[in-house]
Parts: sequence; structure tokens; C-alpha cells
Amino acid sequence: MDDFIAARSQMALSLGFHIIYACIGMVMPFFMAVSHYKWLKTRNEVYKHITKAWSKGVAIFFATGAVSGTMLSFELGLLWPKFMEHAGPIFGMPFSLEGTAFFIEAIALGFFLYGWEKLDKWFHWFTGVVVGVSGLASGILVVAANAWMNSPAGFDYVDGQYTNIDPIKAMFNDAWFTQALHMCLAAFTATGFAVAGVHALMLLKKQHNDFHYKSFKIAATFATICALLQPISGDFSAKDVAKRQPAKLAAMEALYETEKPAPLLIGGIVDEENKTVSKYIEIPGALSFLAHGDFKAEVKGLDQIPEDEHPPVAITHYAFQIMVGLGTLMLMISLLYFFILWRKKTILTSKWLLKLFVFAIPLGYIALEAGWVVTEVGRQPWIINGVMRTIDAVTPMPGIAWSFYLFSAIYFSLSLIVIFLLYRQIKMVPVLYKSSNIDQQWNK
Amino acid sequence: MEQVVIAFLCLAILLYFLLGGADFGAGIIELFTSTKNRSRTRKTMYHAIGPVWEANHMWLIIAIVILFVAFPRIYTTMSVHLHIPLAIMLIGIIARGTAFVFRHYDAVKDDMQWLYNRIFRYSSFLTALFLGIIAGSVLSGQIDVNATNFKDAYIFSWFNWFSISVGLFTTALCGFLAAIYLIGECKTEEDKKRFIKKAEYMNVAAVIFGAMVFFSASVEDVPLMNWVVYNKVGLIAVILASLSLVLLWYLLLKGNTKILRVLAGFQVTMILVAISYAHFPNFIRLKGGEVISLYETIAPEKTVQSLGWALVLGSFLILPFLGYLFYKFQQKEE
Repeated sequence: MDDFIAARSQMALSLGFHIIYACIGMVMPFFMAVSHYKWLKTRNEVYKHITKAWSKGVAIFFATGAVSGTMLSFELGLLWPKFMEHAGPIFGMPFSLEGTAFFIEAIALGFFLYGWEKLDKWFHWFTGVVVGVSGLASGILVVAANAWMNSPAGFDYVDGQYTNIDPIKAMFNDAWFTQALHMCLAAFTATGFAVAGVHALMLLKKQHNDFHYKSFKIAATFATICALLQPISGDFSAKDVAKRQPAKLAAMEALYETEKPAPLLIGGIVDEENKTVSKYIEIPGALSFLAHGDFKAEVKGLDQIPEDEHPPVAITHYAFQIMVGLGTLMLMISLLYFFILWRKKTILTSKWLLKLFVFAIPLGYIALEAGWVVTEVGRQPWIINGVMRTIDAVTPMPGIAWSFYLFSAIYFSLSLIVIFLLYRQIKMVPVLYKSSNIDQQWNK
Repeated sequence: MEQVVIAFLCLAILLYFLLGGADFGAGIIELFTSTKNRSRTRKTMYHAIGPVWEANHMWLIIAIVILFVAFPRIYTTMSVHLHIPLAIMLIGIIARGTAFVFRHYDAVKDDMQWLYNRIFRYSSFLTALFLGIIAGSVLSGQIDVNATNFKDAYIFSWFNWFSISVGLFTTALCGFLAAIYLIGECKTEEDKKRFIKKAEYMNVAAVIFGAMVFFSASVEDVPLMNWVVYNKVGLIAVILASLSLVLLWYLLLKGNTKILRVLAGFQVTMILVAISYAHFPNFIRLKGGEVISLYETIAPEKTVQSLGWALVLGSFLILPFLGYLFYKFQQKEE
């Protein structure tokens, strides 16, 4: 394996896993805070059990998210030293704030996990909220740093020198808001659907009904509302990308020729060699509308971009199709969910809908990964859009392929263990959360 | 602001060494505990470090972020030439971090615990060892930025007597810190005796490896003697470290455990001061005598300004909250 490809693969692998751990770790605390609030208000023990059960998930994912994040802060230098040498001082601001947010999250988590019976109950609840808020802030800051790579700002690049550096401007680059909004909604949707799906599965198995029904409702409410909002944020992102990164937009839609008006392709097989697309459904003018808000506008194709600056078209196009397709599917499920709630007041009688939620367990995460592929692969061949090429940033050390194999093995086994642990947690719910032995179990 | 940023960098490294080091030490002690006492050791340890566990490791993140934002050349030189030990340390961090949490949060306590414990113990040792090796390599003068072959550029930069001696010395110090920390957490006399024994062993190991560090320094031409003996501050720090060690053992045998932690922390701090004071503001010693200094490689002023403010504001948020965390869970033990 070529060292450059190995370095890119290792980075993709590390981020691909981290993104899932981190999303769960930043979203679950909000679910937890809701059920915790309900427990404090209603004194219904089931809510306390839900909070405790979820908090174990949070602890597991926070730990894996923290170590995989630590790993990334080193990997940036291990794999892309040339990039970090120049970019560090420019886009480091969000990272230094993220350090603070992450630290606060870790402290708050210490209070929350070990504070049952030891802290004032509302202070205890508040520490749980702090876990969520600082986790979300960390996520937004990291995405702002990534947005800078897509939309470099806060410096002048003259004759290969980076001068006039302004880290604040770099942080508030043009892409930070649209990217952060899209990412946060995606995190809530994906985690919401995954959690709701697992509890739906337990409901179908008729296990511990009240516990799982209440959990399902909290997770599903977050998931469905965010799934409904996501297309709006997607529209912001599309218009933003059209303006700043026409090459990425063209690759997303496999638009080889500039067109006016440009159609939106659904599906399609990309032939990169001959620069053609086949077997697609075409919606006339729709791409013009999505990109520029006008059905007749011109959309720049790859023909207007120098050949050596083309991103890989097929991967970007397929990933984009997967993301939009799954997003639409989750939107439909959300609409059905609200419709059934409105008509029947409960979804317990609609087995088919519960089954649909079970089916949707992985969908959000697949869409999330696909969306991330669109952002990152669509930016290639640049590591800093228009300024530095990825290949110029890679480490001079040979043999990165071995490191890639090794870390692949580590991440896969880590994920297997995490899944195994969650499976055991869920399986043990009826045993762990009978009122009499909760505290005993907890203190073990 | 330059000074503020450098002060935070030193503080983060010091605190990571003390707090994170004590964590690694806990794993190392478990590694060298006989099988029949292991589960007791584990319980004492979990009680002691559980709530503050995640927070202890944040100092590493703070240090690394300061390095890549304000001292990018130091960060990239280390990442290129110490790629291998850094990668091994990261594997250790991943393994012990997850194993520690997994063993507590596995809903079923069965044979898997055996696996988690194994991983935790060995990776604790590995992480501390390589952390020390990396620190040693930074000072060793063996990093060769002009090397043309793989071995000189990526292996001998860290695989040398001095770096490895510092690595071993670090593991012994971590074990010592953890043993002293855990003495204060013990509920029974028997446990206390066991940890005092451990502290003795670790202390002896530290002295032996410390001697090795000095010996290898002279072999590898590291001017350690100049920093530690012929520099006033360095010498005073060494003397204070030795005095505090004597005082520590005196109090320990007298049965006064309250002040032990402070003394152990002070002692390790003095060791770090002794090594780094005369070397400062130089950070990395390269092969051929060239040095990379903190002041010369610092990022442009605006970056340093905003980083400095972020750190100051951050610590206003973090420190009181962190202090309360330590206080709250300390109080419970009494």
C-alpha cells in the first residue's frame, strides 16, 4: 500500500470511528438530562433507572471518545506534519477552546457519575447538563476547525508564506456555522434513531415495557424533530458549498459539464475514465435551485476546474446519494411517527412502526459517515482548500501502511468490545433495574 | 502573553506527570502485586481515582494543543522523528483508558474481567515507559533531522541508552507516586503495609534507574551534570528533592500519612525542575548540538495572544470546578 494512501486511510479510519463515539458521547447526556429531570419532577423510579442505564452508556462512549480524540490530536502531527506546522498557529484557536470545553466535560462527568446521593439533587442534575453542553460545544469547535480547511480564512498566503495571521477570523470562517449546524443535527438524529431503535427492539420482545417505552419516547422525540430540521440545514450547506467549493458540489452531483439550468441526478453510475454518468433519474433544474435558489441558474461543472484539482468524483457522488437518501428515509419515518402519535396517541399498537425504528438503528450513522466522506473526499486534492495539497502535507516517514493495519485492528476490536458491552448492559436491564437491587448493583 | 503560554505548557506537563503519572503507577503497581492481593489493590485504586480519572488525562490534551498552536515546529519535529514511540504510547493510552472503563461498566462480571485487567496492567506500564522514552529523546540529542536512512531518522532518535533509562526511571517514579497516593486511601493497616512495601520497592527502583540515567547521559553526551550539579537552581532542586524524600520516609514510618502526597508531589516536581531549569528555554536537543528553543519557534503574536487568553479564561472555568471535584470526593473518604 502506498504511504500516502495509507496515511489518508488511517486518518479516515480514526475520524470515522471517533465521529461515532463522539456523537454518542455528546448527544446521550441530553437524553439523560431529560429523563433525570423527569425523575426529579415526577419521582417515578423508572426515569431514575433510565438515567442510570444511559449514564453507563455515556461513560463507555465518553472514555472511547476521549481516547480516540487524544489519538487524533497526535495523529494530525504524526501523519500530516507539514500541514500542522503551518496550520497549527492559524486554526488552533478552536482546539484550544475545545480543550477547555472537553476538560469541563470530563470534570462534570466525574461529578455526575459518582455524585448520586452525594450531591444536592439539582446540582447533580446540573452537572449532567454541563456534560451535554460542553460536549456539544467541543463538537462545534472541532467542526469549526474542519470548516477552516474547507474555507481557509484569517491569514494571507503570499509566496508560500503564511502571514498576517488572525486566529479569531480563522475560527469564524465562512463555513463554520453551516457545517456545525449540519453536524449537530446529524449527531442528534443518528444517535436518537439508534437509541430509539434499540428500545423499540426491546419493546417488540416485550421486555420490561415501561422502561423501554419511556426511553424510546425521549430518544425518538429528539431524533424525529432533528430529522425534520436537517433538510433545511442541508440546504444552507449546499448553497454554501456551491459558492465556496464549486469542485466539491460538482463532484457531489457528478456534474462534468457546466449546465444552465442544471438537473439534479438521483442515483447514477459514474464512469470517471470517460467522465460520464449513466442510469440515473433526472429532475430538471433542481440542482440550479438547490445551489443558487433559482431554477434557471448556471451551475459550474468540473470542466471549469483544472483537471489536477478534481476531487474523486465517484466516491463523493455515491456518498452524497447515500447521505441524502437515508436522510429522506429518516424524514419519512419521522413524519409517520408524528402521524401515528396524532391519530392513536400511542405507537405501541403499531408494531410495524416499531419495526421500522429497529430497521433504522444504523441508518443515521451510515448517513453521518457518508456526509463526512462528502466533506473530506470532496475537498481533495487539497488539505487546505486552494492553498496546500494533501500530498504535500504527508509525513516523510515510510511504512505508514503498517501503522494503518495496526490501528485498523485496534479500532475494530475496540468497537467489537463496545458493542459487546452495550449488548450486555441491555440484556441485564431486567436484572439491574428491579427497584430493590439498583443501588447494590451500582455500588459494586 | 508568551510567558503565560509557556507557564501553562510547563504546568500542563507537570500536572500530567503528577496526576496522570499516578494513574499509570496504579496500573504498574497492580502489575507487580501478587495475584491474591490484586482484587483488593484494584478496589482501593478504583475508589481513589475513579471520579477524577478522566480529568487527570486532560492535561495531556492541553499540553499537546499548546504545542501545536504555539510551538508548531517542536510539535512537528517530535511527531516526525518520534513517530514510533508516540504511536506506541497512543496504543497504550487507548488500551488502558478503555480497559479501565470497560472493567467497571461491564454489566456481567465474568472471565472478560481477566482480559480487561491484563490489558490495563500491561498498557499502563507501556504508556509510562514510552512517555518517559519520549521525554528522554527530546533531551537526548539523538534526533537527527538530516538523517538519510530509516534507522537514524526514526529508530535511533529514541532507541538509545539515555531515552530508555529515562523511560524506566519514569515508570519507577509513577509507581512510587501511586503507592504514596494509595497509602492515604487504605482502610486497613494490612493494606497500608502492603503499599508502604510497594513504595519502598519503587523508591529503590527509581534510585537504580536514576543512576542509570546519569550513567547513560555521560555515554550519550547529554550535559545532565551541567544542568543538575553545576547550576545553582538545579543543585538546590536536587537537594530539596533528596531532603523531601528523607522527610517522607521518616513521616511514613512514624505513621503520619497526611502530608505524604504533598511531599511526593514536591519531590517529583523538584526532579523535573532540576532537569529542565538550566535547559530552558531550549526544548529539543538535536543531533550535532543544535537546539530548538521555545522563544525562537513561538507562533506569531496574534496567535499567542488569543491562545493565552483562551488558557487564562479556561482556567477560571476549570480550576474551581476541578478543585471542587477533588475536594468533594476526598471529603467522602474521611
